[in-house]
Amino acid sequence: MFLRIIEPRETLTFTFDGRPIQAAPGESVAAALLQAGVRVFRTSVPGGEPRGPHCLMGICFDCLVTIDGVPNRQSCQVDAAAGMVVESQHGARAVEWGERP
Amino acid sequence: MTLTTCTTLGALAPDYDLIIVGAGPAGLAAALEAVPAGVSVLVLDEHPGPGGQMYRALTRNAPEAFGFLGPDYWRGAALVEAFLACPVQYAPRATVWSLQPGTDGPDPGLEVGVSQGGEARLLRARQVILALGGQERPMPIPGWTLPGVMLAGAGQIALKSAGLVPKGKVVLAGCGPMLYLLAGQLLDAGCAPSAILDTTRPGQWLRALPRLPGLLASAYFWKGLKVLLKVRTSVPFIRGVKALEALGTGQVERLRFRTGGRWRELPADLVLLHQGVVPELSLSGAAGCELEWNPRQRAFQPRHDGSGRTSVPGVSVAGDGGAVAGALMAEVTGRLAAISALAALGALDPARRAERERPLVRELRRLRRGRPFLDLLYQSREAFRIPPDDSTIVCRCEEVRAGQVRSAIALGAPGPNQLKAFLRCGMGPCQGRLCALTVTEMMAAQRRMDPGAVGIFRARIPVKPITLGEMASLPATPEALVACTGAATPLAASLTTQR
Repeated sequence: MFLRIIEPRETLTFTFDGRPIQAAPGESVAAALLQAGVRVFRTSVPGGEPRGPHCLMGICFDCLVTIDGVPNRQSCQVDAAAGMVVESQHGARAVEWGERP
Repeated sequence: MTLTTCTTLGALAPDYDLIIVGAGPAGLAAALEAVPAGVSVLVLDEHPGPGGQMYRALTRNAPEAFGFLGPDYWRGAALVEAFLACPVQYAPRATVWSLQPGTDGPDPGLEVGVSQGGEARLLRARQVILALGGQERPMPIPGWTLPGVMLAGAGQIALKSAGLVPKGKVVLAGCGPMLYLLAGQLLDAGCAPSAILDTTRPGQWLRALPRLPGLLASAYFWKGLKVLLKVRTSVPFIRGVKALEALGTGQVERLRFRTGGRWRELPADLVLLHQGVVPELSLSGAAGCELEWNPRQRAFQPRHDGSGRTSVPGVSVAGDGGAVAGALMAEVTGRLAAISALAALGALDPARRAERERPLVRELRRLRRGRPFLDLLYQSREAFRIPPDDSTIVCRCEEVRAGQVRSAIALGAPGPNQLKAFLRCGMGPCQGRLCALTVTEMMAAQRRMDPGAVGIFRARIPVKPITLGEMASLPATPEALVACTGAATPLAASLTTQR
């Protein structure tokens, strides 16, 4: 859906649902995913409909993903970082009752 | 002394003379105006670098590679560079989620809730300037929630922040200067949109005509004409579009549109919608600033005294968050708001104040020319503000449809805020940013009322979601402990001292 017209001097790699994604330093997670051809970032809470970014400026909350285990992160507002584990979200997030210190 | 970039909340002071929220053209200009007066200033901004949406990623982009962004983008370099050289505290990636009157002391000022790096804090400010910018007017068409249907601003952000252009068939739909500007930028970047579906009302220029002399005398005219000519000669331009519908399974594949009585269809991998910019009101609204309806722009904006001072003591607005008028105007209103804040802080005597305001007011008048014509010409069609089809989603977060909103209005929801409780419309994570205006317009039309009298969703703090962890990281004040434990217990007292 998007194409890079300026090749970054260096790239970093993170994963989205296990698949490696290349990003330029300083680029948002959402931009990197769009460039890699990812269209569906999550499915909606009320109806399970596929969703992807709409505004890219932090107001629509349609680009929510789980980043390094933290759910509901706005991928358009988070810089991509090497080794980041990004996952799509399906429906509502549940509270995890884990053993936390 | 140069700028201090604060990347952790620990680097911030507990109180400031002036806190500026937003580092777009208005916020940056306000800081540049206020800092030399010797008051303590903090600029809080959600983004990683200064410039706002207009000059987004300007410090990261190389001018030779990003020439296609055009002179209006690169003009921002002077402002951003001046800000970076200015002795001010600047906290990027900081989200402001509350603004309320302060509670303690004889001069309680204002309390600003901010989070950064997973921590939250309440700061005190004697004056606050909200330079929150604008957002695009929602464009609720059938299928607008499909992946691949985005706002024109998103296309521009992808271009500015990551050098990304749309791949495949991209269709632009809507009306307004920003849509044509984006088309021009995409052409210059070597990516021609496959069509522009223009929704401008055909007779609308007649209604705007009385305002034409202002446009002819303005800076917008030649620049706008050049862009329009280029776009209209290079991209298939379909005028008089009355209805739009995005179609596809799991993502957008086609865009249906109607001109006259005829429906047609275009293949589309990406649809970019736009029908104007409106003020971002969440923080000013939640702070209790009185809002007023701007009938020409069909949007609410905080009521202010001309220098930005709102109905809430100590709180000013500047830039598109005060009234949408573009980046140049944002700089001027930012400076005016700063001057007025300095006067309120006692850092500027009345004579000096008048002297500093005079050239700015002149500039304001000059820049205002041309705006009314454009506002009227590109006033969006009713069918794109009030979805005619009952099944069109109005509230994206809660998937509330137009038919449900109409029934709730018919049932007697007294106002938009009560309607929230009927349907959860506007109660999802975006907190109504993408449905508030639609709900107001629908209610006004159905009840034959003025939108200004209908009102708009009242934003509530926190205006951006914050985690319980961030909340828990707030310093535990004696009041907070009493609120949690029910009494000023010895345990509460010991916890307070530990902190």
